Amino acid sequence: MRDSVGTVRTVLLLGGRSEIGLAIVERLVREGAREVVLAARGGVAEPPGALTALGAKVHSLEFDATAPDTHTATVDAAVALVGDLDVVVDAFGVLGTQSDYEADPAAAARAAAVNYTGHVSAGLAVAARLREQGHGALVVLSSVAGVRVRRFNFVYGSAKAGLDGFAQGLADSLHGSGARVLVVRPGYVPTRMSAHVDPAPFPATPGRVAEAVSAGLRSGATTVWAPRVLAPVFAGMRLMPRPIWRRLGR
Amino acid sequence: MASQPERPVLLTGWGRTAPTAARVVRPRTAAQVAHALADAGPRGVLARGLGRSYGDAAQAAGGTVLDCTGLTGPIRLDADRGEVTVPAGASFDRLIAHLLERGYFVPVTPGTRQVTVGGAIAADVHGKNHHADSSLGAHVRSLTLAAPTGEALTLTPDGPDAELFRATLGGMGLTGVITEATLAVLPVETSYMRVDTDRTDSLDATLDLMARTDADYRYTVCWVDLLARGSAMGRGVLTRADHAGLRDLPPALRRAPLRHRAGSPLAAPPWAPPGLLNSWTVGAFNTVYRGAAPRRRRGEAQPIAGFFHPLDAVRDWNRLYGPRGLVQYQFVVPLGAEDTLVRIMEGLSRAGAPSFLTVLKRLGEGTGGHLSFPRPGWTLAVDLPADLPGLGRMLRRFDERLLAADGRLYLAKDGRADAETVHAMYPDLPAWRKVRERVDPDGVLVSDLARRLRLL
Ligand SMILES: Cc1cc2nc3c(=O)[nH]c(=O)nc-3n(C[C@H](O)[C@H](O)[C@H](O)COP(=O)(O)OP(=O)(O)OC[C@H]3O[C@@H](n4cnc5c(N)ncnc54)[C@H](O)[C@@H]3O)c2cc1C
Ligand SMILES: NC(=O)c1ccc[n+]([C@@H]2O[C@H](COP(=O)([O-])OP(=O)(O)OC[C@H]3O[C@@H](n4cnc5c(N)ncnc54)[C@H](OP(=O)(O)O)[C@@H]3O)[C@@H](O)[C@H]2O)c1
Repeated sequence: MRDSVGTVRTVLLLGGRSEIGLAIVERLVREGAREVVLAARGGVAEPPGALTALGAKVHSLEFDATAPDTHTATVDAAVALVGDLDVVVDAFGVLGTQSDYEADPAAAARAAAVNYTGHVSAGLAVAARLREQGHGALVVLSSVAGVRVRRFNFVYGSAKAGLDGFAQGLADSLHGSGARVLVVRPGYVPTRMSAHVDPAPFPATPGRVAEAVSAGLRSGATTVWAPRVLAPVFAGMRLMPRPIWRRLGR
Repeated sequence: MASQPERPVLLTGWGRTAPTAARVVRPRTAAQVAHALADAGPRGVLARGLGRSYGDAAQAAGGTVLDCTGLTGPIRLDADRGEVTVPAGASFDRLIAHLLERGYFVPVTPGTRQVTVGGAIAADVHGKNHHADSSLGAHVRSLTLAAPTGEALTLTPDGPDAELFRATLGGMGLTGVITEATLAVLPVETSYMRVDTDRTDSLDATLDLMARTDADYRYTVCWVDLLARGSAMGRGVLTRADHAGLRDLPPALRRAPLRHRAGSPLAAPPWAPPGLLNSWTVGAFNTVYRGAAPRRRRGEAQPIAGFFHPLDAVRDWNRLYGPRGLVQYQFVVPLGAEDTLVRIMEGLSRAGAPSFLTVLKRLGEGTGGHLSFPRPGWTLAVDLPADLPGLGRMLRRFDERLLAADGRLYLAKDGRADAETVHAMYPDLPAWRKVRERVDPDGVLVSDLARRLRLL
């Protein structure tokens, strides 16, 4: 449960090795969170030292985005470990390369399953639990890539667009339930995932994304951009004429 | 039958900080309370009064909250026995009006009349007379408790289940639902207080004056200014009073000596911008407030409502703190631990904490309630905006000081302490748990506070 100064006690990270996800968890632990569940394919063998050094108790769970039948059980297992889930961070995803996807349609569909449908089953499973417990926040890592989909990475971007819309609808469905959804739209963040692409303007770091998430959780925001300037930038991008938009590189 | 709305309701305490959703039902009889307890779902049941506890004591996320303000009915005064029997959902506002009209007053009143009798017993509330009369629990002659097992128990201080009686005083609703109580009452000649006021120039002067003269008055309290700088930090306005007798009143008031005008409160604006209350606005308020108080005045006749419940004059004043809400930090340290008190006050002052409600008081003997807050010592209560930067960290540091000085926090005000801290502050917690396990073997009663502090 969030306390009166905005501190939470328990955090579940779906995508338990995500660099951005772990930065968010670390931030919440610094602010007072005590129990962390990292859910990842094959579990997380070694609890990150950064978390244990801060005094957090770290648990690990098996979680595969492409096995939707297991998602409710994963949420139940997390509850069995730490009790009520105060914050759930949904941070799994794959970026891949657009040209590879175009050459291998089946691979594109598999990526879309991780980037979209996996979040549908996981998000609904989490929401059911938060509704039942009457409180809690789901943090969804969307992306500016889904705000207006570009030719350059439309397989990934379209899945993010779907995820973003799903998360907003989920937020509305939870209105009045005590639970909430925070949609996070980072721009370019140098991590393992983005190592193979060129940096884009207005980059952020995992730490900056974490800072924005923490502030958003405290203020009761429904959406945060990281960095913040991307909100007006993308408001402008939406207005760009299609012929120019189509030719945009990165 | 009590209505059972399907949609959950978001509930917070008076601080409006951490909303959680629960199904709310409004029982009107003890039988309906028993039914709701028997009907408990997996997330439990909890009684709620008027929601004047500041933190998360009166909410139960995902569970069923019993809005006990429907437990009303006649108030029965027994003048011969000097006691009154009240339904637990009656407010102090109603009870005080009823009693004053008949020449009596409640034995203890908190700083607002907008609390229920049940909520006041569950927090074992204290008032300005704590040093003389202890807390409300000392004046409860009997109470009726709807236990989760379905029984309606009548408990007295020295009856067969005195342990459960003690566990219920300050038990924060976690031993059962109080449906009725019998309280001792205090005969009064008038509805006025005879008040002495003194302005002090420093914290030392404040503490010294309180220590020397508390015993001479039934009611004492000191408002302190933490935003004043240097040696002026902790200067205050000390008010001490007794009930005014007929002869204490000026002739104009003698004609209707028991007249009680609670009045309809002014409403605070429903919406306030974040940051309205900051160290500048509150500092200015403090200076003006203190300046308006007389340096020294003796024997002033003040109406009971004005003396005990000045904040009730503004309805919903908690909204002035803006959307992020407010946190009240209230603790007691034993006599002799003035050093800790002073260090915490200095810490608040350094942080520029914009508290325009900072109240200092000396407490007397406790009631023996396992989780009851008051014990002999100094208690300080400060209201702080929940979005004050670094607030959580600062209060955790204060908690550590309190632990070292054998101090404790008041659960009715808390919404942020951690479990280990509170367990160390309440050594009777294990004994309380034993009593609780007996009356609530299936763990039906629960609150957000109980979950956060792992009380159960
Ligand atoms: C302006 C202001 C001034 C205050 N001044 C003081 C003061 O001077 N001294 C002091 O001691 N406190 C003070 N308080 C705190 C207040 O007196 C307590 O929090 C009190 O418990 C509030 O009563 P309530 O009816 O609003 O109860 P709630 O806040 O609704 O509930 C408080 C607790 O009581 C339990 N409860 C409520 N009804 C029942 C019932 N029928 N049976 C069993 N449990 C029940 C709840 O489960 C909860 O744990 C003040 C609060 C405010 C807002
Ligand atoms: N980095 C950026 O520039 C950027 C920008 C905007 C949005 N985002 C979004 O932010 C989130 C976190 O990204 P990141 O930068 O932290 O990348 P990351 O470190 O690569 O984390 C992504 C995580 O997703 C996990 N994952 C992939 N497929 C999975 C599956 N089938 N089942 C379970 N987990 C799976 C990966 O697990 P393994 O460890 O097992 O591989 C990995 O730990 C992603 O949703 C991403 O789309 C990133």
